Amino acid sequence: MYLTEKHEMIRKLAREFGNKELTSDILDKIEETEEFPKEIFDKMAKAGFFGVKVPKTLGGQGADTLAYVITVEEIARVSGVASIYVSSPNSLCGGPLLLSGTPEQKEKYLRPTLNGEMIMCFALTEPGAGSDAGGMQTTAVKDGDYYVLNGRKTFITGAPLSDYAVVYAKTDPTKGTRGVSTFIVDMKQEGVSCGAHEKKMGLVGCATSDIMLENVRIHKSNLLGKEGKGFINAMKTLSTGRLGVAAQSIGVAQAALDEAVSYAKERKQFGREIYKFEGISFMIADMATKLEAARLLTYQAAALMDEGKDATKASSMAKYYASEACNEIVAKSVQIHGGYGYIKDYKVERLYRDCRVFTIYEGTSQVQQMVISRQVINGK
Amino acid sequence: MRILVCVKQVPDTSEVKIDPVKHTLIREGVPSILNPDDANALEAALQIKDKNPDTIVDVISMGPPQAKLMLRECLAMGADNAFLLSDRAFGGADTISTSRTIAYGIKKLGNVDIVFAGRQAIDGDTAQVGPQIAFRLELPVVTYVQNIREVKENSIIVERQLEDGFEVVEVQKPCLLTAVKELNEPRFMSIGRIVGAFDTEITVYNHEDIDLDQELCGLKASPTKVYRSFTPEPKGKGEMLTGTINDMAHTVVEKLKEEHLV
Repeated sequence: MYLTEKHEMIRKLAREFGNKELTSDILDKIEETEEFPKEIFDKMAKAGFFGVKVPKTLGGQGADTLAYVITVEEIARVSGVASIYVSSPNSLCGGPLLLSGTPEQKEKYLRPTLNGEMIMCFALTEPGAGSDAGGMQTTAVKDGDYYVLNGRKTFITGAPLSDYAVVYAKTDPTKGTRGVSTFIVDMKQEGVSCGAHEKKMGLVGCATSDIMLENVRIHKSNLLGKEGKGFINAMKTLSTGRLGVAAQSIGVAQAALDEAVSYAKERKQFGREIYKFEGISFMIADMATKLEAARLLTYQAAALMDEGKDATKASSMAKYYASEACNEIVAKSVQIHGGYGYIKDYKVERLYRDCRVFTIYEGTSQVQQMVISRQVINGK
Repeated sequence: MRILVCVKQVPDTSEVKIDPVKHTLIREGVPSILNPDDANALEAALQIKDKNPDTIVDVISMGPPQAKLMLRECLAMGADNAFLLSDRAFGGADTISTSRTIAYGIKKLGNVDIVFAGRQAIDGDTAQVGPQIAFRLELPVVTYVQNIREVKENSIIVERQLEDGFEVVEVQKPCLLTAVKELNEPRFMSIGRIVGAFDTEITVYNHEDIDLDQELCGLKASPTKVYRSFTPEPKGKGEMLTGTINDMAHTVVEKLKEEHLV
């Protein structure tokens, strides 16, 4: 409905890339070594996957949000973890810079992030501040031309691999969310260290860890945006981020549906292919319908963003529905696979682990429900 | 340096079937793609451009207006300009007619140092159009190019694929080369170049634009008549012999005798 020939060509590129580069051998190796191959990362950068909707003048590709969604969807269809690498520079890492960066900051950090020469991470969550991000304890105390940061960020995707982190900290703890500011922190700087790599259920191959900040001195030139405006920056960034998770969800759900259909056509029980049983075929009907609904919500939210309209409600709805639907669809795909679905040799086993976090990260389903209900009740 | 790559939009034959009664290709619902060998030809041209950035790589095709989409894919891989020879009069062309039209198109563009083409298109499998264009433009031609060794000021050194090896050929420029899939791995498009490709105007020429008499185009100028299209029977499996050379030679002779071939 919203797709132009340009979008279809971008889909073709992402699909061809996924099929050619992210082969099952490569994906197995990523699971085994927990490392993502540098050459594939570089090729993704070259194909323009890291700055899809960023203007060309800033080093991006000059496409739109819908193109970004399609790219993430198609990559997630073959590999959830690869889609993290695609989505991060586009949303969580590039977003804060794009929203609030000075021309110098964009040149120094955004451009190299988009062309794959630099890796950044987004550090908002803390051990005691997840859904309630405003309850963060990390502080930034002004000291002349510097800010001194202290605190601990947790579950930071890509932290051990990153050159720089976008860190949110309180410059004025008395002001709640209005006292949050954003900083660009060099990960090699004195006082910055990473915790142990988390052993995650899924999305293996993208190291996640804590970031510890102990008296880290940040020059004021690395304050991103104005003092006290950090929370708005984070929330706006997460609004695009949510759409990325919705896109990941429809990609993984599509993969699960594809696997279920092909298995149901091959597998015979009681003398016939199992898709001929209503119990299976009705599951497939439900999966396909929910996937299509999720996809349309996601595309609609992207189209609204491209029209410059408020997409807060739409992107929360897309994230909420698509991630929940994805978990249902993948669970049903495992069910259709029977015992084989529980075995690592079958693709759905990985999909099942990978998709579990979609209803959790970048705003849990319950946080999305809060956002959606607030919007609806306020007549938006 | 200017390189012109001849490309064709073809049905994806991995998804095409032959009508068992009419013996023609069933093209309905089959996606159209850039002919695979042509993608190798374009990649070869783009690799020359990578090394010599002042090189201009243009693509030219003959086909219906829908072929513009395939030309945009070529732009999205890195081609600079795209030209489409499109005219109702060009319809129903065989290779003789096609090569004449494309040769006139190339003459219209002029100033070409290297013309690249794919070895053959997967819908017709003739491998004739490339060499025929060369003939019409009076250019030297090297077919089955599997490697480009060196691009010199006035010539180019290539490897020409043979069934059991290759020959090294130095050919003067301007020339026409046809690419085989072993030549390279075609690059991916990029999102930024896709965006650019849709902002680029594709030049469309009809028979008048290229000064070609309507009587010399399309079906009217095509002496070839297709008698039948069919999928060739696959060759039977060969038998691998083992043992010493003497043993194997002995077995071969026995087999040939059995078949009354010697």
